[in-house]
Amino acid sequence: MIEQTPLQREHARTIFQKGAPGRRAFTCPAVDVPEVDVSELLPERFRRTRPPALPEVSEPEIVRHYVGLSKRNFDLDSGFYPLGSCTMKHNPRLHERVAALPGHARLHPLQDPERAQGALELMWSLQGALAEISGLPHVSLQPSAGSHGELAGVLLTRAYHEDRGQTRRKVLTPDTAHGTNPATVTMAGLEVVKLDTDADGGIDIADLRAKADDDVACLMLTNPNTLGLFDPNIAEIAQIVHGVGATLYYDGANLNAVMGLSRPGDMGFDIVHFNLHKSFTQPHGGGGPGAGPIAVSERIAPYLPVPVVVRREDGAFDLDYGEDDAGFDRSAQRPGSKSIGRLRGFQGNYGCFVRAYAYIRSLGGDGLKDASETAVLNANYLLARLREHAVADGRTVGDYLPLAYGQLCMHEFVLSGGPMRRELEIKTLDLAKRLLDFGFHPPTVYFPLLVEEALMVEPTETETRETLDAFADAIAAILVEAAEDPLLAQNAPYTTPVRRLDEVAAAKRPVIRQALEQAVSR
Amino acid sequence: MLAAIGVGSLQEIFDRQIPEAVRLGRELALADGLPEQDVYAHLRELAARNVSAEDELSFLGAGMYDHYVPALIDMLTERSEFLTPYTPYQPEISQGGLQVMFEYQTAICELTALPVSNASAYEGPSAAAAAAYLAKLHNGGRRIVASAGLHPHTLQTLRTTAHGYGMEVIEVPLTGADADEGAGVTDPDAWAQAIDGETSAAIFAQPNFYGAVEDAAALSASAKASATPVVIAQVDPITLGILEPPGECGVDVAVGEGQPLGNRLDFGGPSFGLFAAREEYLRRMPGRIAGETVDADGRRGFVLTLQTREQHIRREKATSNICTAQALNALAGVVYLAWLGRRGIVELGELLLARTHYARETLAALDGVHKLHEQPVVREFALRLDADVAAVRRRCARQGVNPGVDLHALSGRPQDRGGLLVAITERRSRADIDRLAEVLGAAVAAEREAVPA
Repeated sequence: MIEQTPLQREHARTIFQKGAPGRRAFTCPAVDVPEVDVSELLPERFRRTRPPALPEVSEPEIVRHYVGLSKRNFDLDSGFYPLGSCTMKHNPRLHERVAALPGHARLHPLQDPERAQGALELMWSLQGALAEISGLPHVSLQPSAGSHGELAGVLLTRAYHEDRGQTRRKVLTPDTAHGTNPATVTMAGLEVVKLDTDADGGIDIADLRAKADDDVACLMLTNPNTLGLFDPNIAEIAQIVHGVGATLYYDGANLNAVMGLSRPGDMGFDIVHFNLHKSFTQPHGGGGPGAGPIAVSERIAPYLPVPVVVRREDGAFDLDYGEDDAGFDRSAQRPGSKSIGRLRGFQGNYGCFVRAYAYIRSLGGDGLKDASETAVLNANYLLARLREHAVADGRTVGDYLPLAYGQLCMHEFVLSGGPMRRELEIKTLDLAKRLLDFGFHPPTVYFPLLVEEALMVEPTETETRETLDAFADAIAAILVEAAEDPLLAQNAPYTTPVRRLDEVAAAKRPVIRQALEQAVSR
Repeated sequence: MLAAIGVGSLQEIFDRQIPEAVRLGRELALADGLPEQDVYAHLRELAARNVSAEDELSFLGAGMYDHYVPALIDMLTERSEFLTPYTPYQPEISQGGLQVMFEYQTAICELTALPVSNASAYEGPSAAAAAAYLAKLHNGGRRIVASAGLHPHTLQTLRTTAHGYGMEVIEVPLTGADADEGAGVTDPDAWAQAIDGETSAAIFAQPNFYGAVEDAAALSASAKASATPVVIAQVDPITLGILEPPGECGVDVAVGEGQPLGNRLDFGGPSFGLFAAREEYLRRMPGRIAGETVDADGRRGFVLTLQTREQHIRREKATSNICTAQALNALAGVVYLAWLGRRGIVELGELLLARTHYARETLAALDGVHKLHEQPVVREFALRLDADVAAVRRRCARQGVNPGVDLHALSGRPQDRGGLLVAITERRSRADIDRLAEVLGAAVAAEREAVPA
């Protein structure tokens, strides 16, 4: 047995297992109004009989507990995080500072528009910037994340066709698509039809031609796709899709490859969603928050969610619900309105808009283009370094982990661990787990599904050449040691707060909350 | 670097990959980049043109509330280790975030008295829509019966998404003013009548949009008397220290806006949506769920679990499309609940109850100001003014007071004309309420004088 690290010696105890009866952090303000018996204000039958068994802890205990937990996390500020498809670029701290200004952070969402002009101007400017970046003129900031933007997009497509008296049932998605694409299609009541990938990693045009008919509502596409490849046939794809009267949807997860270089609107797309937490560097927060604004072409604009921010003739900013009559019942669908309606409360994740806007103002058009160019340069450099990096006996990393498709890549690339698995007896999962011991976050693994033992690597533009070199060295070192003894990787990691976890057991008998002395009802 | 790649220039990388026809070929028409200090100054200037809850005496609510956010939440959510990682796909180096999710789930289960919770949904109204989708997956029904007491944004979101789900929304009215003391809550007869064998989900808000406490147990019981819908309650978590929790009044799924729990207003987001349910819905829950397990050496650890529900595994058969949710906001939520603690959540609830009662009685005693209904209220209440609400609100604003939400402007319902929704938090003292009464009373009087009825 290897010696345990200090973090490994710490047994995980939840906040519910700490503290003591009567201990507390919160001091309730004094009741300064005339005392009235609670039962007079709230009839007994509406009242809670026993308090929720929340923790009983002091402030120092809370701070130590959560600071302690934070040390059991790896994060972007601590090291390289080449998680493909997630665009883990540096999060400038200026964004946190400006988002926390009380004028933004303590602004109530129902403040009168004339008393929220700064916020509305910010949203209006962001709408304009996203329209320019995407080449699509009409923007709704409302969706809460990428998948929420996708739902908006497919509902918009439905509304567009239904407005033309058409019920189109099918949505085409490549087999390389993010899982959110097919999941969204089902939630929007349509049917997924998969498209094959051709030998070059793009959409199989023959398959597309065969499947594109007048029952197709939409093609959802990521470009560059999840293989990190820009589809060279994009113009022809757009032509085929539009030729059957369908719309073209752009999954913006990979926008970081093309900002200022190529625009979805110019490629022929009708609808695009942005992941502000990816290309526009909203911190990922351990799994959110994000924001998923959408931009659309003229023909889709009438169906956009409400409200959108507009600038009135007098120069003031306002929220536009697309109404002509103030007496309209907003809880019902407005007669004559073509909007799909609302997707969530209020105006969207404004705090994310502040950060994205600060980012765009910091970089400018030039800087955004530079970011994309550097992201692509870094990805190609790392790809080349890995391809050539010696392992042993004249073999290189590229022999064990070849590029799945193509020669060059855009902002990310996908390697196949197939030869590594066959020749060195370690799987992509083992390589990923061993990388943890080297202090790196592993790439995305086992996606896209059509690549055997896939590793999807996205270095982003904010990493130095030295970091990329160090990562390539680590991969090579793991392959060298695997050639000696595959068990090392197979049993990794060794240095993390916990070692490999039993996920099967967790799913078989789910324990999803701390057992407490008072059982909650079932 | 170019030599290593084997290209002569950066341009060559793009020339070889992006067809010329779809290259932009010009600079983006955006303003030039700015140094950090200038961006700060610009964003500060924009912030200065907003009137925040820091700048006026605000009684705005209707879904988001100006509660005090303790300093330790800022300190913890700003820690790199929580702020900058992503979804914990590699559990060995994500135990902190996973344990936070596990603790959050525990806290939400305790609060709602329901046995399962996910690790967060986006926010309130879309969580309600996600619950309706769960109901559809559960029973295949096509109809959502929804109380008109739901927040208008929830009703609108339900309608938008129901169209995609292939469901329709039937709205059940509230009892009207003619129902005397029964006014302001979901009409129990209309509710019972609307629910039948076709009903997939029956959903109401507690407290409702007008601040009234609903008879949740009676609504649940009558929904299940003759049919088997999934009963969904949209709850306000800050009230659950004193209000009967959904799990103890027959509710199957509880959803709600989590903002009151330690999240800032942020002009409407990001916050988080809470989503809790009975055990039988566990395998159809949307979103991430953290579960307990052990590592290779037998140590306690946490992983994302039941992932076969999720889009990255099940694709078109997933129970939801959600991927990125609101982990950082949920962290703020669980830290807030730990900070309040077992006693604090009750004390805070009782304080809100007492001050809300005081405010309601004080304001309703003013000339030209009436209660919209007589139901019990806990943190928010609706009034009817004998004057134009927008004009009254403008007069109050000139005195530095925001008296609350113009009900009609938010809901658009004709019957909400003259309605004002007033929210109370622990930041609004008795003196603040007295000041509101003084300013509102004067504004209503002045407006009635200016525009005689």
